[in-house]
Amino acid sequence: MLNSTSTENKISNLQGNHACALGAIAAGCRFFAGYPITPSSEVAERMSLELPKVGGVFIQMEDEIASMGAVIGASMGGVKAMTATSGPGFSLKQENLGYGALAEVPCVVIDVMRGGPSTGMPTRPAQSDVMQARWGSHGDRPVIVLAPDSVREIFEQTIRAFNLSEALRTPVVVIFDETIGHLVESIELPSADKVEKVDRKWADCKPDDFLPYVETEDMVPPMPRPGDGYRSHTTGLTHAENGFPTQIPEKVDQMMGRLLGKLDHHKDLVEAYEEIDCKDADVVVVAYGISARAAKKAVRAARGKGVKAGLFRPITIWPFPEDAFRKAIKNAKSVVVPEMNAGQLVLEVERITPDGITVSGISQIDGEPIAPSTIQKQLVELSKGKGKKS
Amino acid sequence: MTETSSFEINDYLRLDMMPHFLCPGCGHGIALRALLWAVHELEIKKDKLAIVSGIGCSGRLGAYVDANTFHVTHGRPLAYATGLALARPDMEVIVITGDGDCLAIGGNHLIHACRRNLNMTCFMLNNEIYGMTGGQVSPTTTETRFTTTTPMGNTEPVFDACKLAAAAGASFVGREVTLQTPALKDLIKQAISHRGFSFLEVISDCTEIYGRKNDLGSSPEMILSQKKSMRPESYGPNHGNVVDQPFRPNDFETGVLNLNERPEYGDTYRAFVESVTAGN
Repeated sequence: MLNSTSTENKISNLQGNHACALGAIAAGCRFFAGYPITPSSEVAERMSLELPKVGGVFIQMEDEIASMGAVIGASMGGVKAMTATSGPGFSLKQENLGYGALAEVPCVVIDVMRGGPSTGMPTRPAQSDVMQARWGSHGDRPVIVLAPDSVREIFEQTIRAFNLSEALRTPVVVIFDETIGHLVESIELPSADKVEKVDRKWADCKPDDFLPYVETEDMVPPMPRPGDGYRSHTTGLTHAENGFPTQIPEKVDQMMGRLLGKLDHHKDLVEAYEEIDCKDADVVVVAYGISARAAKKAVRAARGKGVKAGLFRPITIWPFPEDAFRKAIKNAKSVVVPEMNAGQLVLEVERITPDGITVSGISQIDGEPIAPSTIQKQLVELSKGKGKKS
Repeated sequence: MTETSSFEINDYLRLDMMPHFLCPGCGHGIALRALLWAVHELEIKKDKLAIVSGIGCSGRLGAYVDANTFHVTHGRPLAYATGLALARPDMEVIVITGDGDCLAIGGNHLIHACRRNLNMTCFMLNNEIYGMTGGQVSPTTTETRFTTTTPMGNTEPVFDACKLAAAAGASFVGREVTLQTPALKDLIKQAISHRGFSFLEVISDCTEIYGRKNDLGSSPEMILSQKKSMRPESYGPNHGNVVDQPFRPNDFETGVLNLNERPEYGDTYRAFVESVTAGN
């Protein structure tokens, strides 16, 4: 349990979904709206227990769409807000997620991935929503997606999701599969005062001078807090700096340019990855979430057999840490991407891998996590210059 | 009533947004005037007024009001408003929505907002049509009427939005026509002052699209015919089985149609939180 008075760290055995809820509370989340869905329901259940204790609001809404709407509504009111869901519910949230991106309303969405498509396998793990998280809402929009690989990292990345969301005024999605959502691991929870918290930049100029979507140097306009005298307009229509709808090409271009450019402007803040043994690696595995933990084991085992293997693990999977990845594979001959889907992130990896380095995928869509031995076998094959092409 | 300065609508409008986009003869302008008149008489501070609206002709009204205005996704203003009202109980939350936005795509949010009884006012402008998209049939289009998706006449029955809201638990339900602007203003004042979820149906007129397609005449003719089809005497506990009919005929009752003082949900939730934190 997160202790607000003690300065001691506490060791707890926690389920991934519960760690997510505690991370949110630690980050300052004071509003949660959700709808029951397997395998994410424990996030909502834990929030319903924790939020009243800190004076926050928990509400179970009538559906997934309403949950996303209520979260954005609460955040527009100035309160840090989150929802949690899984594949089918994540699909239903997409339109309002796009609203959050365009209207630049901070919020956090947790997607605990299960087998799909459709109702699929609600209780089985998958990494099925990598592309949905990137492209699920219509139109071009900035997208931040974080993919933790352990209970501890779920806690940390949920906090980071809030901080990025507040700093950049954009929705942030955290995706992890059912395996780590339900995995119980022991983690050291920091005391509340040791958690780094970022709050959005509030408007503090004279109301007459206020432009809600003003071009600022950091590309993130200050947000008006309702009641503070700004009386501004927020809309899902393409708008000008003054917040009102516009179709004037120059103004649309200016707004969209800033919106789509703001993540690149803050690349150092947004990108996160882990790199293991890539320097001299002939074969580099690109893996995230639970597959990355299997990959770690496979890379170690392959090294034991004399295969020069390495692991590149994007923690921020969107935007993909492109430059860091290219550096990590500088000496590699091949790259392999194990995923619990029919091949999603491998498409992005193929796109950014220079010519001369082969890219293959390992796809597993049977509802089971990928075993280390499956990845290890492919590493050995690839090191011999063979390997299965995806 | 307390002494208030006389109502100047321009004090409540974003004049730099003029001219507005409403068609000539549209009843939405009269409804907005009545709403702002009520806000004025209730002395609600513009800084504390939050207007959440959906998509459609009704949804665009918020942009003209000098307040905190949120123009959200189609059918979802009540969901957004629920988050806003729970996060910011100090704000006066008014939802502006239409018959399509509120009863079709947003129907689920309406019934649950009625059930929760969170303090806000849902101001539904019923013009019997999807005006902004060019005049398609809506859940309140009168049977046999012509629309662009019922070119040979509407065959579907209509919703009685007020009965729906009352049955779902809205603690204040009212209906008025735009012809009776002072009566509409007074009804809005009652709705906003009521602590809980207030549902208001305003019978508006879409002259340009719906009226023209159905040969209903100009705006004054449409508005007068609405008044004519009001049948206050045909409803109520003493008048036969009309209240048991789930779908209304062309006649409709006006005024306060449902009122009770059941607990407001925000108060209930905050009392619950207080009891939890007091135990810590």
